[in-house]
Amino acid sequence: MSFLSIRNLSVRLKKGPPLLRRVSLDVAAGEVRGLVGESGAGKSMIGKAVLGILPPSIEVTEGEILLDGVDLLRLPLAERRKRIGAMAALIPQDPLTALNPSHRIGPQITDRLVDILGWTRPKADARARELLAEVQIPDPDRVLRSYPHELSGGMRQRILIASAFAAEPRLIVADEPTTALDVTVQKQILKLIAGMQARHGTALLFVTHDLGVVSKVCQKLSVLYAGMVVEDTSVTDFFAAPRHAYSAALLAATPKYTDPLAGLQPVPDAVIAAVQAEVAAFDKGVAHG
Amino acid sequence: MQVLRLLFTRLATTAITLAGVAVIVFFVIRVVPGNPIAMMLPPGATEDDIARLSALYGLDKPLLTQFGIWVAGVIQGDFGTSITTRQPVLDLVLGRLPATLELSIMALIMAMILGGAAALTGTRFRGGRTEGAIDVANGMALSVPDFLWGLVLILLFGVLMPVFHISGRVTPSLELPFTTNFYLFESLIRLRFDLWADIVAHMFMPALALAIPLAAIIGQLLKQSLKETVNLDYVTLARTKGYGETRVILREALRNAALPTLTLVGVQFTFLIGGTVIIERLFSYEGLGNMAIDAVINRDLPLIQGIVILFAVIFTGVNLIVDLLYTVLNPRLRHG
Amino acid sequence: MAEAKVLDGRSLVRRRAGLRLWLSAGWLTLLCIVALLAPWISPKDPLAQDLFLGRLPPFWVQGAEPGYWLGTDSLGRDVLSRIIHGARVALTVALVAGAITCVIGATLGLLAGFLRGWVDMVISRLIDIWMAFPPVLFSILLIAVLGPGLISIIIAIVVIDWTRFARVVRAEAMAQGAMDYVASARVAGRGRLGTMVREILPNVLPTIVVLLTLEMGIAVIVEAILSFVNLSISTDDPTWGGMIAEGRTSVHQAWWVLVFPLVTLFLTVLAFSQLGEGLKDRFDPVLR
Repeated sequence: MSFLSIRNLSVRLKKGPPLLRRVSLDVAAGEVRGLVGESGAGKSMIGKAVLGILPPSIEVTEGEILLDGVDLLRLPLAERRKRIGAMAALIPQDPLTALNPSHRIGPQITDRLVDILGWTRPKADARARELLAEVQIPDPDRVLRSYPHELSGGMRQRILIASAFAAEPRLIVADEPTTALDVTVQKQILKLIAGMQARHGTALLFVTHDLGVVSKVCQKLSVLYAGMVVEDTSVTDFFAAPRHAYSAALLAATPKYTDPLAGLQPVPDAVIAAVQAEVAAFDKGVAHG
Repeated sequence: MQVLRLLFTRLATTAITLAGVAVIVFFVIRVVPGNPIAMMLPPGATEDDIARLSALYGLDKPLLTQFGIWVAGVIQGDFGTSITTRQPVLDLVLGRLPATLELSIMALIMAMILGGAAALTGTRFRGGRTEGAIDVANGMALSVPDFLWGLVLILLFGVLMPVFHISGRVTPSLELPFTTNFYLFESLIRLRFDLWADIVAHMFMPALALAIPLAAIIGQLLKQSLKETVNLDYVTLARTKGYGETRVILREALRNAALPTLTLVGVQFTFLIGGTVIIERLFSYEGLGNMAIDAVINRDLPLIQGIVILFAVIFTGVNLIVDLLYTVLNPRLRHG
Repeated sequence: MAEAKVLDGRSLVRRRAGLRLWLSAGWLTLLCIVALLAPWISPKDPLAQDLFLGRLPPFWVQGAEPGYWLGTDSLGRDVLSRIIHGARVALTVALVAGAITCVIGATLGLLAGFLRGWVDMVISRLIDIWMAFPPVLFSILLIAVLGPGLISIIIAIVVIDWTRFARVVRAEAMAQGAMDYVASARVAGRGRLGTMVREILPNVLPTIVVLLTLEMGIAVIVEAILSFVNLSISTDDPTWGGMIAEGRTSVHQAWWVLVFPLVTLFLTVLAFSQLGEGLKDRFDPVLR
């Protein structure tokens, strides 16, 4: 039994077009699954659905999200929040907007430990210091007393990573955690997340548009197009031989680290047309069945 | 550093504003027809009597000289002598100030509670009927000024269901042990809850009348700003930590959403204080505003000057405090 | 199910927004007609006193006298007729004071916001000084200076309330002045005043119309307040504020003397303000 299991999840804009089309995927305990696709393919939407933070303009039309065997979508809001808060965490995309500007760093890491998990204040504080050391932040005591605007973007992302691991969640959703950062910092942050994941044995759902990142961090991979999973495979298989034409084209469009510009090709129109036809056929099938 | 610099520039503009107010009020009331001295003497007084009294109050000198004497006095803390009561203006004005301050602050607290509750409820149940109902109530409260709310309240709670007093500050037959004029505050300190209840029963309606329009403004602005804030990333992140929505709004969104509301509330609070003039009249509440209207009717020039200046000091002072508060509450400005 | 409810609630609010515009306009139109036809439609002479007919209750209450629909005040004057004639005073003040305030305030605001420099400095400083006066006290003071009467009230309102227009229009003109179309008009060789009148003014006009509507409501209130403190026109002339002042003193004996003029005043002020808000929504669809 996987720790996170998404079954036939469909969401849409209220009274609007579907954004996810019967998405199914599993993340086993301690496993890292990449979610790739172009912008707008719905990869972030899956992470948001898992954490129960879909915008109010979006509704779930069918499917299940099983977190440790319990369907989150069937739980009342307060209980769902509690379960997610106890078992999962988010590493957000933009570290500049993801910390509350009017609270100090310390409480932003420790409050959930005290409020939700019932830790004592000193124990939570000690944990925060330990975590900041683990994400290689010098002078943790000073940082814990700082306000977010006093720290750099890379620093803030480290804090958010520390905060995500604070309650030892069994699943972390990382929503393009390096996209908003400088290229020089990206690599360090990526290494940090991979290292933390390995040490803590946390399952990780890694949302990214970068196949290069996937090859470094993930074991499993789901490729999305227009809210549909077009390929669900292991990373080694994928890079050896992608099964779906769209996946292959996506791979061909990704620069290699060894030689960024060699043989780079845009996704061919024919492939796009084929995958769009697939989506259309799916929508038709839903309408009829 | 930044706070100090702000304080300095603001003090400078405040001084200019106050000087402007002083000049305008002094010369405007000197145009008032009707000789105040003639009004205070019994009928049958001679021209000679009038001239003597005018000289006593300095009203026979040229306008500019009078202004010079007055300004010199004000700088030394001497606001002249009231023509009707023949007491120092400063004593009269400071004697009434506590009543008006207590009324205004009580109204401000009521407005913040009502407006805050409306904004939070509206945000918690956003997009639904509850929010729609709150919007409609806000719109009503905002459309009608304090004077009319006062009258409506008199009808509701003074006549239809007589639960509160409709005039005065305290029941006249009560024995008052107070040494200051801050009755509400002092009755609490002295643990005289019987007096305190009586004072609140007198203050409740005028304060509520003043509070209703401000509550609507606070409700509207705060809700708007809360609704923008609840969709920010750090609020979303807090939702994944296991907190309930109410707690997320209160702890993560409220403080940041309240800041932009705060500056506007400052200006609106001065409007509220301005409103005390007519509300005190309406409820026969013995504060500054009521005294001001009497002073105008009696042509008591020194008293009018004193009251207007005091109001201007309060208004500019409130604006100054709000600006400083904004700087202190916003950590980005404080350390920046 | 829940979602359907949400949409329902929203459309209800929106429909109400259109409705309030029509209700407000309807009430104000009715009031205008009544004011114009006052001498012909009011059932009694608003000034006629009859001490034998003092404090008659409205028609549905025991003891009412036929013909005195809404009862009489302590001097036996007909409440309905006085309300009808009071509408003349209220609307005259609203229209005249509103219009003059609007023209003066908007002009000063436009000049300050567009020309900037020393003009802006002087006008802004004046606005600051004005904002430091309690407006009600200021208006009472002015009436004391000018003497009671309709014209004094109008002057007092203009003198006090021009800042309402000046403040907002100044800010708007500043925002508009920073936009590209203004720069291109200047490049195209239009003069400063020409640009102001031909380019800026039309864009600020919706705001001015909304402010004017709101100002008319405020003018009605100011007139009522001044009548209430007995500084409006002469005591005998029927004004809503004067009637309210009398009703306030005898509220325990004759509630109708307070209630009817109060309801009329309340609805009128509400109508002006809702009309302004409704127009704001119409002009600025983004706000909704």
